[in-house]
Amino acid sequence: MFAFVLRRLAVAIPTLLLLIVFSFVLMHLAPGGPFTGERALPPQVLANLEAQYGLNDPLWLQIWNYLVSVVVHFDFGPSFVYPDRTVNQLIANGFPVTLTYGGLSFLAAVIFGVSLGVVAAIWHNSWVDYLAVGISIGAQVLPNFVMAPLLVLVFTLWYRLLPGGGWSFSDPSFWVMPVIALATSYMASIARITRSSMLEVLGSNHIRTARAKGMPEHRVIIRHALKPAMLPVISYLGPVFVSMITGSVVIDIYFSTGGIGKAFVDSALNRDYAVMMGVTILVGALTILFNLLVDVLYAWIDPKIRY
Amino acid sequence: MALLTLTDLSVRFATNDAEVRAVTDVNLTVNAGDTLGIVGESGSGKSQLSFAIMGLLARNGRASGSVMFDGQQILNAPVKVLNRIRAEQIAMIFQDPMTSLNPYMRVADQMAEVLTLHKGMGKREAVAESVRMLDAVKIPDAKSRIRLYPHEFSGGMRQRVMIAMALLCRPKLLIADEPTTALDVTVQAQIMALLSDLQRDFGMAMILITHDLGVVAGSCERVAVMYGGRIRETGPVRPIFAEATHPYTQGLLDAIPRVDQEDEELRAIPGQPPNMSNPPPGCAFQPRCPYAREGCDSIDPPLEIFAPDRARACHAPVAEVLARRTTRHPDTDQPAAHPAAHPGAVADSAIPRGAVAGAGAAGTPTEGQP
Repeated sequence: MFAFVLRRLAVAIPTLLLLIVFSFVLMHLAPGGPFTGERALPPQVLANLEAQYGLNDPLWLQIWNYLVSVVVHFDFGPSFVYPDRTVNQLIANGFPVTLTYGGLSFLAAVIFGVSLGVVAAIWHNSWVDYLAVGISIGAQVLPNFVMAPLLVLVFTLWYRLLPGGGWSFSDPSFWVMPVIALATSYMASIARITRSSMLEVLGSNHIRTARAKGMPEHRVIIRHALKPAMLPVISYLGPVFVSMITGSVVIDIYFSTGGIGKAFVDSALNRDYAVMMGVTILVGALTILFNLLVDVLYAWIDPKIRY
Repeated sequence: MALLTLTDLSVRFATNDAEVRAVTDVNLTVNAGDTLGIVGESGSGKSQLSFAIMGLLARNGRASGSVMFDGQQILNAPVKVLNRIRAEQIAMIFQDPMTSLNPYMRVADQMAEVLTLHKGMGKREAVAESVRMLDAVKIPDAKSRIRLYPHEFSGGMRQRVMIAMALLCRPKLLIADEPTTALDVTVQAQIMALLSDLQRDFGMAMILITHDLGVVAGSCERVAVMYGGRIRETGPVRPIFAEATHPYTQGLLDAIPRVDQEDEELRAIPGQPPNMSNPPPGCAFQPRCPYAREGCDSIDPPLEIFAPDRARACHAPVAEVLARRTTRHPDTDQPAAHPAAHPGAVADSAIPRGAVAGAGAAGTPTEGQP
């Protein structure tokens, strides 16, 4: 197992390097650049700017310089659009925010999704099941860009319970609506996967054996059914966790949370090469890490899986 | 004294298309220490019968009638009552040892939980007792093997684990649902010999559900032949094998391939087993029966006692069925002998058309690693 993790980490390094090179090339292939605006800059200014950021160098040299600065100095460079801020600062400011509301959303989605799915499977084809399925379908079809303004309308404008936007690490009332808006549809998917996988496990032979042991049903479910039923859920959760903690542009825009979700989309629109690369690398590294974690969890749950 | 008495036990399944009548009006008695064989082909209702006794029917299944165990009505009893009987009084071994053990738990945990649940033992004590039981089912090096997961055992060893797990609370009745079907022929013989030995040592009654007549001949005192959810013939093993009075029983016995005779033809019962959501009118066997006559397709014959301790459900007179009885039948000289003493080969899935065949397992009972 330890050797497997080391091997996977060793593969992760060339994967990340490839990711950087590909993103870099694709980004430069796209027409336009960070300094092409509606009002064209004087040619001399433009030339100076491009020289300043090294955009006149051949592409391979730009990539090489970028790699050296990232790998050796862990420096993602200055933002092209906000010259007074570095990408490291941007991520350091935005990532804790998205990590907070994303992590909380993840916890909420897993806890409620798994409970809903398990309850629906236990009382299969009863009103409990229909209610749970109804909730998860409703949650799934309601997009978060509809959900977010509705939440603001109800909790901020009508009941005046929660602040309608902004972020504070010390005041959890700022967290509530972003977490609800982000977690809802993921919760619905988790509930559906849990329900169908739990139904399958509950019909399997080893569950019948457990029941034949005279074990109360709740112990059958907790001791014998929950672990195998979680396998498909866990493989879904790896990528979901990454996409949740790297933020959502919808959440960042509707609730002005200032996370990196909005920064990433803005950087793509503004051709802010440095920010785009920084966030891409962050998401890529996290994806690799959590896929590895899923594999490790799999081996922990299913003894037949050995690496 | 009767340990288990089934009276008019019926099992119905509600499906979207139709009601499936899996078991109809079964009456059976098992005495303490006895072995009853229930024989029938796939879909004859024999497994559902055992699930009904244990209260393990699928959610859409409904059982009616009566199941008296040790003087207590256990059919459709509250789960709390059933949970005190399951494993502790009536234990069950399932057909497929590959999937019937929990693949995600160590054998030690799966076995010990039975004892912590029913006997209130501590974990350490329960594991020690489980090791003793694994020794009893002749698993070599049980003390270290108990730490393994089920997939680290071979098929025969897994069935031994299943058996050991069922015997942990020393039940009064063991229901073995096709315990050897998923195993190699040589391993089948070992498992049957082991079950017979353990049954004697523990003094428990056993219901052996199988489609293998050789297994029944080798280990049962009484046999009930099921077809289409009903018992068609019942009685002591020896007379049933010597002179089967029901056309279906005859068909089963004729279908056993004999390697010790010149005749190489494999005989099967023509036709298909009935679809129990839409059974044929009258006797369920009538479409395949060589003795079918007027009335067979309108009146389902009741199970009637025709000789001491023997009953059959058939319109054809006993004398007529016996007269046309072929000479081919397994060795009835020693029906209760060791199963491995019976020559013959197993050919169940090889014969299509729903024929049930299979003689006693061949091979020498070599103990140890199967």
